[in-house]
Amino acid sequence: MRLMRLWAIVKKEVLHIRRDRPSLVISFLLPVMMLFLFGYAVTMDVDEIRTAVLDGDRTRASRELASAFAASGYFKLTAYPVSRQELERLITSGRVKAGLIIPAGYGRTLAREEAAPVQFVVDGSDPTTARTALQAGELVARVHSSKLMLAALDRSGKTVPLTAGVDFRSRVWYNPNMKSARFFIPGLIGLIMQNITAMLTAFALVRERERGTLEQLIVTPVRPAELVIGKLIPYVVIAFIEVSLIFLVGTFWFGVGVAGNVLLLAVLALFFLLGALGLGLLISTVTRTQLQAMQATMGLILPSVLLSGFVFPREAMPLVIRWLGNFIPLTYFLEVLRGVILKGAGLDLLFTQAVVLVAFGCGTLLLAALRFRKTLD
Amino acid sequence: MAAIVAENLTRRFGNLAAVDGISFRVEEGEIFGLLGPNGSGKSTTVRMLCGILRPSDGRGEVLGYDIAREAERIKGSIGYVSQRFSLYEDLTVRENLEFYAGIYTVPPREQEQAIAAAAASAGLGERTRALVHTLSGGWKQRVALACALVHRPRLLFLDEPTAGVDPVSRREFWDILRGLAAKGVTVLVTTHYMDEAEQCHRLAFMYRGRFLAIGPPEELKAAEGALLLEDVFIALVRRGRTLDQEALGG
Repeated sequence: MRLMRLWAIVKKEVLHIRRDRPSLVISFLLPVMMLFLFGYAVTMDVDEIRTAVLDGDRTRASRELASAFAASGYFKLTAYPVSRQELERLITSGRVKAGLIIPAGYGRTLAREEAAPVQFVVDGSDPTTARTALQAGELVARVHSSKLMLAALDRSGKTVPLTAGVDFRSRVWYNPNMKSARFFIPGLIGLIMQNITAMLTAFALVRERERGTLEQLIVTPVRPAELVIGKLIPYVVIAFIEVSLIFLVGTFWFGVGVAGNVLLLAVLALFFLLGALGLGLLISTVTRTQLQAMQATMGLILPSVLLSGFVFPREAMPLVIRWLGNFIPLTYFLEVLRGVILKGAGLDLLFTQAVVLVAFGCGTLLLAALRFRKTLD
Repeated sequence: MAAIVAENLTRRFGNLAAVDGISFRVEEGEIFGLLGPNGSGKSTTVRMLCGILRPSDGRGEVLGYDIAREAERIKGSIGYVSQRFSLYEDLTVRENLEFYAGIYTVPPREQEQAIAAAAASAGLGERTRALVHTLSGGWKQRVALACALVHRPRLLFLDEPTAGVDPVSRREFWDILRGLAAKGVTVLVTTHYMDEAEQCHRLAFMYRGRFLAIGPPEELKAAEGALLLEDVFIALVRRGRTLDQEALGG
């Protein structure tokens, strides 16, 4: 390994990057764009579900029930149809997602101190919204009826021995407001690190092969290790700058700071980065053109997004799919990221993940280096 | 000392012998041409001599280094230009030269002078600030040559260096090569242009991995009683085919 040759390659690669401004700008804008998209648009928090109220009763009691729905925050009463057909049209057209049907005589039935039937219909075509609507609707109805029962009890003047019951106090740790941004930002750091590095590395080497310059380099005294490391250094620097950028935006814009040890995070991130570089190198050994490299990177990104638990909880996946996710390094790195950033977990709790990441980083890079050397012959 | 020595050099790919037991010597300061049609084994021969392809059989020495055992030493002391002029198109001429100066570990203090000398040898003049992709084929060829000269190699391998270059640039390129040879640089060049073959000090006709004839152009023409090298080549190939057929028949 000669430092001079290594430096010559680093310098040349920096020139390539500088001459290709659009790519550089895109590679910095893309992560920030993804951050805002996932932070805001891809939110799984469902509230203010547009709801229609078909009030056939029109009494104080029926209006009280409707406003209980509105007051919960989950529902927004946007339409007051007068017939079932009109309600159906509203739901079919998508203008409302749920409908509350209060039949005529609701108030009178309540006044007779009998259970008054009320119907709640939900548009099931979007299961996430439907599930939230159902759960919230049931909860609102139950709270409202216990309020009615207590009021009735009051009026009767009777006293019943109140049992202690269960005092159920729930608290959500690490993300008290259950904001999606807190879930996505750590994951996004991992995803961007993997994709940017793998793609840029694969591109940098395939470009050399595609343009025939690799053939020229083989005839020079340059060693494969010098070539690969020299080419990787600028992209590692870029990846680190991008990750820092995400951390800054994550901390100061979305308020998702690092709760745990930053050093632990940086060390494990380095090993993950090495693995991603190795993946890029591997892609460059099996592809001949930049287009092929692009497609291969896409083939790598899709399973990482879907199987690693980046968006969809792995707990909900069928066993085989979840098992497949075990072979994706991002899966482990996401656990590290979410563990350290959100929960402040230490190495003792993330030991398995750390071992896997170190093995992945060293193993992939070694395998890639061996394969790369072979393709040079 | 001979710059190149090849003895029974052979390279097989599967059952096919791309280079089939060739032997020759190239003296220092000589321009030696390998002439032959596509697929005759010229490039395979060059690749073996450059130390990037191991011979299946036979041996070779380049600048006194064994091609099988001392490939890295060979790579450091030769220059190589391929027909693709493998340059970085988004870099300037000077940046390409600087890159190769670094790759060949030309000491930093000597780099400035080495780059200027290489640019002058290749006839680049002052056009070193231009981006390579803005240059014509002929200029790219000169830049590629300058890159191959930046570490002052004693031996140049040129693999079809004039493919796709206009006739004027080709003529000028050969003037440059003769100038280099006069300064003691050995040149091994492959080509299928007959006019270029004429300019070599000695040349070898290569066909199906073997040498059909080897010698100075005038001697080859005299031996066949031909005026043009092209006629020599055609006569040699015809005879080679007949020999093949006799071998198959008998």
